[in-house]
Amino acid sequence: MTTASGYSVQETVERALAAARSDDCVVIAVETSSANLRWAGNTLTTNGVSASRQLTVIAINRHGHGPKDASAGVVSRAGVRPDQIEDVVRQAERAAAEATPAEDADELAGPEQPGSFGMGNKETGGIAGRDQAGSFGLGNKETGGIAGRDQAGSFGMKNRDEPGWDSPPGRTEIGVLRDFAATLGETLRAAQAAGRKLYGFAEHELTSTFLGTSSGVRQRHDQPTGRVELNAKSADLERSAWAGEATRDFTDVDVAGLAAGLAERLDWAKRTISLPAGRYETLLPPTAVSDLLTYLYWSAGAKEAAEGRTVFSKPGGGTRIGERLSAQPVTLSSDPRATGLACAPFVIAHASGPDSSVFDNGLPLSATSWISEGSLAALISSRHSAEVAGLPVTPAIDNLTFATSAAAPPALEDMIASTGRALLLTCLWYIREVDPQTLLLTGLTRDGVYLVEDGEVVGAVNNFRFNESPVGMLGRLLEVGATVPTLPREWGDYFNRAAMPPVRVEGFNMSSVSQAS
Amino acid sequence: MPLRDLADAALAQAKSLGAQHADFRAERIRGQHIGLSDGHPQTASDADDTGLAVRVIVDGTWGFASAVDLTTDAAALAARQAIEVAKVAAAMNTEPIELAPEPAYGDVTWVSAYEIDPFTVSVADKVALLAQWSNILLAHPAVSHVDASLQQVRECKFYSDGATTATQQRVRLQPALTAVAISDDGMFDTMRTLAPPVGRGYEFLTSTRLRDGTGWDFEAELAELPDLLAAKLQAPTVEPGHYDLVIDPSNLWLAIHESIGHATELDRALGYEAAYAGTSFATLDKLGSLRYGSGVMHVTGDRTTEHALATIGYDDEGVAGQSWDLITDGILSGYQLDRRMALLKGFGRSNGCAFSDGPGHMPLQRMANVSLQPAPGGPSTEDLIAGVNNGIYILGDKSWSIDMQRYNFQFTGQRFVKIKNGRLAGQLRDVAYQATTTDFWGSMEAVGGPQTYVLGGAFNCGKGQPGQVAPVSHGCPAVLMRGVRILNTA
Repeated sequence: MTTASGYSVQETVERALAAARSDDCVVIAVETSSANLRWAGNTLTTNGVSASRQLTVIAINRHGHGPKDASAGVVSRAGVRPDQIEDVVRQAERAAAEATPAEDADELAGPEQPGSFGMGNKETGGIAGRDQAGSFGLGNKETGGIAGRDQAGSFGMKNRDEPGWDSPPGRTEIGVLRDFAATLGETLRAAQAAGRKLYGFAEHELTSTFLGTSSGVRQRHDQPTGRVELNAKSADLERSAWAGEATRDFTDVDVAGLAAGLAERLDWAKRTISLPAGRYETLLPPTAVSDLLTYLYWSAGAKEAAEGRTVFSKPGGGTRIGERLSAQPVTLSSDPRATGLACAPFVIAHASGPDSSVFDNGLPLSATSWISEGSLAALISSRHSAEVAGLPVTPAIDNLTFATSAAAPPALEDMIASTGRALLLTCLWYIREVDPQTLLLTGLTRDGVYLVEDGEVVGAVNNFRFNESPVGMLGRLLEVGATVPTLPREWGDYFNRAAMPPVRVEGFNMSSVSQAS
Repeated sequence: MPLRDLADAALAQAKSLGAQHADFRAERIRGQHIGLSDGHPQTASDADDTGLAVRVIVDGTWGFASAVDLTTDAAALAARQAIEVAKVAAAMNTEPIELAPEPAYGDVTWVSAYEIDPFTVSVADKVALLAQWSNILLAHPAVSHVDASLQQVRECKFYSDGATTATQQRVRLQPALTAVAISDDGMFDTMRTLAPPVGRGYEFLTSTRLRDGTGWDFEAELAELPDLLAAKLQAPTVEPGHYDLVIDPSNLWLAIHESIGHATELDRALGYEAAYAGTSFATLDKLGSLRYGSGVMHVTGDRTTEHALATIGYDDEGVAGQSWDLITDGILSGYQLDRRMALLKGFGRSNGCAFSDGPGHMPLQRMANVSLQPAPGGPSTEDLIAGVNNGIYILGDKSWSIDMQRYNFQFTGQRFVKIKNGRLAGQLRDVAYQATTTDFWGSMEAVGGPQTYVLGGAFNCGKGQPGQVAPVSHGCPAVLMRGVRILNTA
């Protein structure tokens, strides 16, 4: 398949590499398509489909004193036409010529890395799967509109579901939401008849990333990302409940079921109970746990920890690797091949940062435990920041799982049933860092805080502002439930793939009452 | 390819397929981010976002589609896709969409006020300037690390709805340097420059006195920052309680943004953001009666202030930039509108707050420049401090959080200086202020004069699903607040 501009995305990568005059070159081509629907007060508000095409060229000048003596120039451009490819390469080369030596300079990954299509070189490009082009038509009920999902082939270490290098980029379109929209329309009308108001958003996106390097790497990853969020309110807007799900193709979304669950929660809230600020035993559902631990994950960079600037810094120097953070046997991990949470199995870096490096593009990613059996086990690093921190190389991975190794962890319903007195939250909102020294975060409870007494929900409580550290919270975990897929309510825009348990926390700090309902 | 041809192709296609309304945008947004760590380049990215967008109304339902290729074929295809989206979405729609009328302006152009396009300056020169500034900080023994960053944007928009065709360009940049100090016992703290993001060109970084008489003296700020940071690290922790506050514009702009800017967005007040960004306590039934704050409170919205980040000639629905009151003498007196809501709720005309952050997104009602007006002939910051017996002077923004109806908020800052008997008495640590919006603004005893007024703001105000970011400025004077709750965050 060729783009509207006449070149396939693979040809674009190869032509950019062929045009390169720098000592090394990395080319990343990304094609993204998305479709969305949004509704409020039981009616549609906005919608849309969009498509984008981005070409990033990283030119690398070697200065002759080993692999760590190099400069890099990075230029990204959207909608590049064939006659503009060389210009983008030249812009990147000019940027490299202007740049001072890069601290993170290193050799590029080679084609022998597990997960790459291998055997490609600057002249021929990758050879695997050249004839794998398939039909990438509009979506339908069967395929969920994700083109190319059935293009499985034998591509070395690649997942069977992954299309080959030469397959056209995947696409999604509004058809993926057609059945969902019809069901949602019925659900909205039913809510209207029942005196409830529904608000929410559904989005499906498919991103195809093609990575080519002058060292012979040809890697490709197709990432479907979808979510649905549903918020139900009573007619007077005084009661509110929320549910959200991540989905890869919308075939597994039961919007009527979600709405029914929210209706039950609105019923819970018919009895209201005012509680003051204070520390409460609190049951956090998986989405709330994911928002707190995602922030912890984002704060777990090796470089700044080694510099003494984060909660993971050891006073006097070094990091807290090996230190026990929780008495519970909990593990926080990422795995690019995690079932249902699959993400890119190799590094894709459009720019360098404290713990990412453009020189690392194509490095394979493997399952990594950040916290293992309660102890800090790894920090996010590039090859460079790992060297600075004296730690193994463990780059960021785009999913996160938190789980206990304890036998038979309970479901949230079982945890409620075994509760004497505790708050049960729905989700957290507007989470912001207050103090990096302790990773103190502040934020709000939202869309349902319930009081549980003697194993039953007895009513809805006012919302609170909390001030809590997820690191400190790990040390106060009283119980960890069974891990399930979840959607981070706050960070779902940027971080969609998570599996978390419900947890019971001792003395969760609700610092003030919020009037919001 | 002239953009007009693309617009003609899209609008003609949409009309031929039954659209009652169609508008077309083509955009190119160039962005560059440079980051240094301890004076050495760490991040450099130079990207653009180019594409076109077509928005239609078909049988009272919105449809939107975008494309990346700037061709007539792509424009016509996007129009067809937008029609299809409207038809799929019709199953969910119960409120027919209609737009408030706006005069036709014909062919118009608008360019923001700047002298030097930052994209004409080499990356090497920018890195050298940031390295030079970093080294000023690193030379001080108290400073362990320095992060420096510079973001720059050049935004080019072309809009046409058949009656108005607007071609516009604006430039903005945001510099920031943060110093880190680490004590022997492992405690650390940071302090960031107070320089605001601006709708200006590169001249903002290189000239301490600009043509309009304003300017930012970076070297002077950097010279004093290490000693201030060293003092902060040694400062006593705050005793929680209620204090009188003198709040500098470098901090107050963010409180305005969160507790007034978002709360007076009519789409939030109507519930369109209920599932995400949230709603507003300032509901439409309270217009003209809600006591938002004390009588010295006069807040305006505008898209016209020179060098402000939300300023534009015409919004993304072809509405000309305007300015208006939001809060008058402490009473809620206006909202921020787009064309749909303006008609729906009887405002007659939109005040021009539709904005999309790129070709891939549908315009939403986004924030205008929302500013607290100074008191003519009003007091200086020193005068305000002199009126406090036991209080805190707060400078610079840092952490912020507010609930989904804009009631309960918590802010921290870069520096907190104890006020004792009308005089500054050394820094404090671990300070956060927490309040309910109307209580907070009701406690505002005095606003400073024009000499204390500064335009602050942000590049990255987030709203909507799919998420969009918008640049926005907030001007304000120094203010005096009485009896605000202070937390200790240690």
